[in-house]
Amino acid sequence: MTSWEAVIGLEIHAQLTTNTKTFCNCSAEFGATANTHICPVCTGMPGVLPVLNKNVVEYAIKLGLATNCSISGHNEFARKNYFYPDLPKGYQISQFDKPICLKGHMDVVVEGKESKIGITRIHMEEDAGKLVHQGSDNIKGATHSFVDLNRSSVPLLEIVSEPDIRNAKEAVAYMEKVKQILQYLEICDGNMEEGSMRCDANVSIRKKGETSLGTKAEVKNLNSFKSVEKAINLEIERQIDILEEGGTIIQETRHYNEATNSTKSLRSKEEAHDYRYFPDPDLVPIVISSEWVEEVRKSLPELPEARRNRYMADYALNEYDALYITSEKSLADFFENTLKFINKPKDIVNWLMSDVAAYIKSKQLSVNATKLTPELLAGMISLLSAGSISGKIAKDVILEIFETGKNAQQIVSEKGLAQVSDEGAIKQAIEQVLQENHESVESIKNGKVQAIGFLVGQVMKKTGGKANPGLANKLLKELLGIS
Amino acid sequence: MSILNLSALNLSKKIKNKELSSTEITKAFLAQTHKTNAELNSFLIITEKEALATAAKVDAKVAAGQTLEGLEGVPIAIKDNICIQDLPCTCSSRILEGFKPPYNATVIEKIKALNMPIIGKTNMDEFAMGSSTETSAFGITRNPWNTNCVPGGSSGGSAVAVSSLQAPLSLGSDTGGSIRQPASFCGVVGLKPTYGRVSRYGLIAFASSLDQIGPFSQTVEDSAHLLNVICGHDKKDSTSQNIAAEDFTANLQNPINGLKVGIPEELYNTLSGDIKEEYEKVIKKLSGEGVIFETIKLPSLDYALATYYIIAPAEASSNLSRYDGVRFGHRNKEAKSLIEMMTKSRSEGFGAEVKRRILIGSYVLSSGYYDAYYKKAQQVRTLIKEDFNKAFSTYDVIFSPTTPTPAFKIGEKSSNPLEMYLSDIMTIPVNMAGLPGISIPSSIYNGLPLGIQLVSNVLTESKLLNIANIFEKVINFNVNKNAFINT
Repeated sequence: MTSWEAVIGLEIHAQLTTNTKTFCNCSAEFGATANTHICPVCTGMPGVLPVLNKNVVEYAIKLGLATNCSISGHNEFARKNYFYPDLPKGYQISQFDKPICLKGHMDVVVEGKESKIGITRIHMEEDAGKLVHQGSDNIKGATHSFVDLNRSSVPLLEIVSEPDIRNAKEAVAYMEKVKQILQYLEICDGNMEEGSMRCDANVSIRKKGETSLGTKAEVKNLNSFKSVEKAINLEIERQIDILEEGGTIIQETRHYNEATNSTKSLRSKEEAHDYRYFPDPDLVPIVISSEWVEEVRKSLPELPEARRNRYMADYALNEYDALYITSEKSLADFFENTLKFINKPKDIVNWLMSDVAAYIKSKQLSVNATKLTPELLAGMISLLSAGSISGKIAKDVILEIFETGKNAQQIVSEKGLAQVSDEGAIKQAIEQVLQENHESVESIKNGKVQAIGFLVGQVMKKTGGKANPGLANKLLKELLGIS
Repeated sequence: MSILNLSALNLSKKIKNKELSSTEITKAFLAQTHKTNAELNSFLIITEKEALATAAKVDAKVAAGQTLEGLEGVPIAIKDNICIQDLPCTCSSRILEGFKPPYNATVIEKIKALNMPIIGKTNMDEFAMGSSTETSAFGITRNPWNTNCVPGGSSGGSAVAVSSLQAPLSLGSDTGGSIRQPASFCGVVGLKPTYGRVSRYGLIAFASSLDQIGPFSQTVEDSAHLLNVICGHDKKDSTSQNIAAEDFTANLQNPINGLKVGIPEELYNTLSGDIKEEYEKVIKKLSGEGVIFETIKLPSLDYALATYYIIAPAEASSNLSRYDGVRFGHRNKEAKSLIEMMTKSRSEGFGAEVKRRILIGSYVLSSGYYDAYYKKAQQVRTLIKEDFNKAFSTYDVIFSPTTPTPAFKIGEKSSNPLEMYLSDIMTIPVNMAGLPGISIPSSIYNGLPLGIQLVSNVLTESKLLNIANIFEKVINFNVNKNAFINT
């Protein structure tokens, strides 16, 4: 088993967040009512012509620069010909032998080990529409199949890696890195569930130490990071089993089924499509000047590594925290926006990594999709550090903010949650506690001073968590006559 | 003189000085169309109501004392591969059964903006694939000079419309000679502009890198006026040329003394003896006016036909993929699976010539053959451009017959595609190089017209039309067309 090595390359499709589609003025927005974002061009009517959206080129240049690619000065679009009902023209406008970005790389870290993953190419293309079937989840067996062309001609970038990936974890780390960069560049939302990021994996195996490549299989339909990891592991095991039993790997395309965690063959190399690529005569070559590339380079936002280093230097965050906060652009932005209201970086990070993280994970939301705003978080932290509320109450307050979007001060006054620092009130509570806990009092008097913690806890309980715990501790000791 | 015999320019003048109304003119052409269409079958649909509505609009403008522009109020016929909103557009194919585009071609926008009454949509070879209008799914079109002969193609209906006085003007499209060849067969003027001069938006594609819309007319001057209407940069067509507007009628009368004309021997030497004699007479006549003719060599032209029949079908095979029965047009209703539905719809919808070209095109683009065919053909195309370029450094225009023969008999070549393809041998190189070319009538041979083709450098239509206009006057092809009116 350990004598085998996997060789993996990924093809990632990223759907771009341009306002309009690749070759017409229709909205590229996701989730609209079926066939409302369509026109003669993106429905492939006879006689109409594509006109390229310049923003698509600009987005491609951005990603190319962010992944250390060279940008081609001369670009051509090609037609990829095949028949399918979701492909209105009978061909997809894509790039073939002259892609916009070439020869880049990215560094990924898995379990502390950094490796460099080469990027063969990145090219621009248009998406197809979407089929919806009735009576079956497949066109075969369906009684009716409907086509929604809202997605037809929405721009995509296809990012093709070198076969530099060696295991499933590394593949996931690479994908996460791609997603992170896409989000930082604000050119793709990286949402795998909505299909705005899709992945195919090319997997082969060879004996460790060999340099030639084994026969590969392409695994399709990987719709989540988990799928990528599971499907690759499954494919590696499948290939090892075949070779160890003396069989041979067939070059083929396999379809991953997430529900059953299994793959099945879609088509062999012999059955592979001949896409009859040729330059699209309806579009002229796009010339990208070095001035344009430099202009885009200047407009690039700060990328994750740079941000991580800045956070460590400027806010004294440790590497682990800085990595966590910069893992998603939305989180890093939230952090920086909160800082504008309260200059307590470590406190903000602690909240983002604990209670906020737990909440958004349980609700499967992004940090900026809840009612908690940077200003509300800052307000809560400010109350806590001023001693107006206790840490325990703070945990309840933040949940209340998530639910209602009210500010912390309002929640505290409405619910009477303010910390009690009035000595008289606390003393009253202590006296009750002492009466109810003779045994504990006795044992303290007999020298078991650590039991005082239990009594402080009882005081807090009695006051609904509102008593200032420091003060309660001090007064208890006074009343018990210990110092 | 009847209304029908007047040039478009004269009609327009008479509308402006109130001698004739646009309605009178439109009615006269509609009447001629109704009278002759049963025999000629040049029109697929006649849009009488719409045409008269447009004419009435023009007449109201005249009555209100408003000024008319250019060809305003002059009727026109449109080839049925150019989209007009909410009218059927068939490309003479069954596959487009029931299809009505929800948009106008850019040229139609311009024609409508100028209130030119549209008489109807004209017959053509299916998807513009053919040289005789015999591949139409809606019947053949006959040549008014001899109704046993073809009108040429693929814009046969548009050529016949002008030739038989059904319309003073028409639009066709030219991919390998589809305007110039039928113009020659029917004894009218046909102009293919520089590639990119006229927007292709709304022209149903045959071969995108070769297709170009252009005018048919009785005179060179009329074609110049119509080119003024339809040309211009269009944001909706990435291949349309972004250049300053010019008036193509401005230089029509410039003198042409000392003009140097090249005759490519590759094209001229293929002519048969007595047809060659007809052209010798024309050359002699023009030489007498101070035009200098010289025989030149354009060696790559020998490969133009072969490379055209790689590039055009390759693009067509892809352009025609959208006719799959899914969203519009013909769909087989009995099919039980997706593949069966698409296969049957296409098998039933397309005619034999279209299928032949889809097969050729798919073959030359398939992996393993692409380099040997498509890529090689594109390289030859570059050589053809270079050959022409070299010639234009010495010669003002290139001269040749438009076609090797006059119009042939109906059915004569339909069983032999290669022979049919050869009838475009003179015109195809011009599309391959993206140049402007014009065909003007030059003489009558056995009762059928012959034409000459003049070709100039890219974007020099102004000069080309000037030369053609002077040649037209010298040649003086003056035929009494009353016979066409009185049949």
